[in-house]
Amino acid sequence: MSVAKHKFRVGRRGLILVGGAGLLVLALPPARALTRPSLQEAVNGFTGGTPVETGKVKLDVPPLVENGNAVGVTVTVESPMTAGDHVRRIALFNEKNPQADVAVFTLGSRAGRARIATRIRLATSQTLIAVAELSDGSYWSSSANVIVTLAACIEDLS
Amino acid sequence: MSRTLVSVPKTARAGEVIDIRAMIAHPMETGYRMGPNGQAIPRKIIRHFACDYDGEEVFSAEFHPAMSANPFVAFSTVATKTGTLTFRWTDDDGKVETASAEIAVS
Amino acid sequence: MRFPLAFAAAQLCAGIAVAQEIPPSERRSGTNFMSAETQAIQADDGSNPGMLWVLQGGSLWDEPAGASRRSCASCHGEAATSMRGVAARYPAFDAASGASIDLAGKIDQCRMTRQHATSLPRESEELLGLTAYVGHQSRGMPIAPPDDARLDAARAEGKRLFQTRMGQLDLSCSSCHDANWRGRLGGSAVTQAHPTGYPIYRLEWQTIGSLQRRMRGCMVGVRAEPFAYGSAEFVALELYLAERAAGLAIETPAVRP
Ligand code: HEC
Ligand code: HEC
Repeated sequence: MSVAKHKFRVGRRGLILVGGAGLLVLALPPARALTRPSLQEAVNGFTGGTPVETGKVKLDVPPLVENGNAVGVTVTVESPMTAGDHVRRIALFNEKNPQADVAVFTLGSRAGRARIATRIRLATSQTLIAVAELSDGSYWSSSANVIVTLAACIEDLS
Repeated sequence: MSRTLVSVPKTARAGEVIDIRAMIAHPMETGYRMGPNGQAIPRKIIRHFACDYDGEEVFSAEFHPAMSANPFVAFSTVATKTGTLTFRWTDDDGKVETASAEIAVS
Repeated sequence: MRFPLAFAAAQLCAGIAVAQEIPPSERRSGTNFMSAETQAIQADDGSNPGMLWVLQGGSLWDEPAGASRRSCASCHGEAATSMRGVAARYPAFDAASGASIDLAGKIDQCRMTRQHATSLPRESEELLGLTAYVGHQSRGMPIAPPDDARLDAARAEGKRLFQTRMGQLDLSCSSCHDANWRGRLGGSAVTQAHPTGYPIYRLEWQTIGSLQRRMRGCMVGVRAEPFAYGSAEFVALELYLAERAAGLAIETPAVRP
């Protein structure tokens, strides 16, 4: 069966005591946690340092989720989506996972509507940010805080 | 074995914006988990997803380990003509899985 | 063991008198207790990840297997017709073994005795796929446990197990699922433990899993030694759970946190 604990949950100091088997599972090598870029650095990497304006982007995410393994996210951008004025890309970044990047979606004018939805992992309660790159080279963003609660019953490693 | 699930409307009017959803069975192993033996489980994720409409790419995405297992994405495109939408998922090893759906446009 | 469970369980123990069975009028599927987001994932086949296994089961249904080189379809035809309602009446009595058998067990039996193929391990992708596919054909139908006296003893044993305190936390299934189903533990709804949606896609597992895997999780949660997969104890519990849930609609594949 499941050989590994299904733990992406590095929030609780990276340590999870697994029931029954009494194994101590180190969910996250701490060194890597320290080297991840900050949310700001990750956004800068996407925009190439171009200032990001607030507005136009709507980030929908439940404020409180039952399980961080699949958090539904919808991003909508105000845009006519014409050949001359459209959303080129939408990027998602997180504050506290081992890596800041979540995904980058490439749309273009043929999308017809500037909206994407997906499901993402959140290791712990944290801030999420969505950044949209428009066809005129401008960047717009919106952020949201998500509280992640945990499921109660856990499993053995057998 | 079918391990992908795409939803595309069967019919649409030319110029209509259609909703598309695509999902594939994949563990999206993050590379950050430890097995019971204390060894890190190697990373293995779908890295790239793309949708072509009659041969032209209309949407794509780059995924990182923070995408959920069995990754799901919903997006839209403008129905232009009757044809085939093809979906491509590429994993870390370069392995490609595909799915397709037909649309009749009037 | 997660601390919230241990803590909350201690609180539960303090307040427990003799657990009453839930009156039929108050019986509700676990889906009702889920967040709007989890319900939405389940409700839409295009977004329900459990459907990936239903599809996989559908392709296995048509594939020749074993020494017989026969597919399930070659004997059973269209599953939409031949398997409709089957999951609603499992576990059932199995004349061949003279014991009760659950749906996954029955499918595997057909695989071995009719296809002459190797047994599929419990929780293997193939057996979960086939069980999800067969289960899905009964979606929307009420759970209808067979009125079969040969099942009485096992059903009674299931009820006894459900009401027996176990594990270091000394709690019975009933302590949580009859006496405290309105409660929450560490953020999760306890629910009434109805087997309406199995196999389920569980966000925690990031994959699909059986009712027995779900029950094992609860047993480990109270620090009891879980029963083995396919054991008579688990089939007995499944029989009792089906009786407790009689009339509730099948939802396979359900989505749970
Ligand atoms: C060679 C023919 C044959 C093949 C192949 C076969 N079965 Fe069966 N199956 C039967 C027969 C005959 C019965 C009824 C007798 C019994 O219960 O064993 C049955 C019964 C069943 C039942 C119980 C139905 C009920 O109403 O209780 C299920 C479920 C089932 N099969 C699933 C499968 C699946 C899934 C496969 C493929 C993995 C499969 N079968 C392959 C002949 C076959
Ligand atoms: C300490 C309380 C507790 C005990 C004791 C307990 N469970 Fe649970 N059970 C839970 C919680 C909490 C959940 C819901 C967890 C979730 O879905 O995240 C649950 C979920 C379930 C479900 C899933 C229901 C659904 O809607 O899919 C079943 C079935 C179940 N339990 C059966 C059992 C059985 C059988 C036993 C005894 C062997 C048992 N439980 C013992 C707390 C408990």
